Amino acid sequence: MSRLKNYRELCLGGNIEKGGSADEFKTGDWRTLKPVYHPENCIQCLFCWAYCPDSAVVLKDGQVTGFDLDHCKGCGICAHECPGKKKVKAITMEEEVR
Amino acid sequence: MSKLVSAQTGNEAMAYAMKQVNPDVVAAYPITPATEIVQIFAQYVADGDVKTEFVAVESEHSAMSACIGSAAAGARTMTGTSSQGLALMYEMCYIAAGLRLPIVMADVNRALSAPINIHCDHSDTMGMRDAGWIHLFSENAQEAYDNMIQAVRIAEHADVQLPTLVTTDGFIISHGMENVEHLADERVQKFIGEYQPQYSILNVGKPITVGALNLQDYYFEHRRALADAQAAALPVIKQIGEEFGKESGRAYGLVEGYQLDDAEYAVVALGSTCGTAKVVIDSLRAKGEKAGLLKIRSFRPFPKDEVVQALKKVKFAAVLDRSDTLGGYGGPVFTEVRSALYGEASKPPVAGFIYGLGGREIDMEMIEELFRLMKSGEVKPDSVQYLGVRE
Repeated sequence: MSRLKNYRELCLGGNIEKGGSADEFKTGDWRTLKPVYHPENCIQCLFCWAYCPDSAVVLKDGQVTGFDLDHCKGCGICAHECPGKKKVKAITMEEEVR
Repeated sequence: MSKLVSAQTGNEAMAYAMKQVNPDVVAAYPITPATEIVQIFAQYVADGDVKTEFVAVESEHSAMSACIGSAAAGARTMTGTSSQGLALMYEMCYIAAGLRLPIVMADVNRALSAPINIHCDHSDTMGMRDAGWIHLFSENAQEAYDNMIQAVRIAEHADVQLPTLVTTDGFIISHGMENVEHLADERVQKFIGEYQPQYSILNVGKPITVGALNLQDYYFEHRRALADAQAAALPVIKQIGEEFGKESGRAYGLVEGYQLDDAEYAVVALGSTCGTAKVVIDSLRAKGEKAGLLKIRSFRPFPKDEVVQALKKVKFAAVLDRSDTLGGYGGPVFTEVRSALYGEASKPPVAGFIYGLGGREIDMEMIEELFRLMKSGEVKPDSVQYLGVRE
């Protein structure tokens, strides 16, 4: 771990001199349930991606590929909104085991 | 150069100063007795006298929130409020200071409910004395005007970068008409200069994160930096007060001593009561009594050294508080003054007097009585009492 700065070395007002720094703050360990992706039931509607309150649904070339588990808090909204294929969900919530 | 003088109330004087500052953004919500500041300024906007973006918000919480967004974007930002309105802003006021945003606020001091009351006491700004803002008190409309202009420089100063509020006493100053001397518009503009913000959230070439989470590892350091900025404001307020003196003929310091150099007995006060005390002191001096006043202009940062220096030769000082700490020992000014003096070898005994809550009158006879009590030894050192309440 790098040395922590003293108060004279900080940016004014706690500013961070770059954008998107929340990406470095891993919040995935708050989770008690984790989303599990079942690609065979996915119709690529992207509801999960649109509804995720974080940015934890990972897309590649516009297609869902899985989850960013460093930031997913396990709220389950993606699984709730998932229409699935023939009423079989492409996302289910399972107990997190660590 | 001929003097620019007009008859103005404190509210008019503050609004006029805001017009001459011509800030980028004003976000405000009206409240008695500060309503006119916002109302008059809105008229300036409507008439095209200023280039300000006026944000008419739905509450004071929103007003301060809009000010924070605006200041974070690097805009010169001002607002005005009073009492309950300021109380509704409190949450956001701490954030404005923590983010080091140099917002300037005109606050007309008014009592806090309950019972509901619209008249002067200092409870509203004292409720945020530890929020990290600079607090400048005004004795009259002239000082309110002068303080508003200086506040812009103080708040934006590179060593400070803190939100700053300027107070007037509700109705006593805000609605009392006096001769107010102005600087010409261009001299105000030259005095305040162009604002060069260190950061702007709108600068896409230099992206920043504002308001990031700080836990056990960094919160303390940021609060320590905030305390340092308050300390750094002490010489800045003094220097800008001197510069303003060269510009206007009215120099300002952190405190003002009136007949204090050889005074044996002194009162210590904030705001309009200082004007009343000066009249009393003049009449006591005419009778050969060595009475004096210490007016505290900058309550935050609190000028400890100046207060100690100013009071060290007096035989007794009565500290007047127009607000109560309710359960603390004495009002906020008393606790500060007594704490400042505590470790000094040469210090006067002090006593605290809480007066004037909810606009209760403090008249010349009451102040004269304070001097009499100090001189006769009828006031116990370190005692705290209420002045002008029916007991």
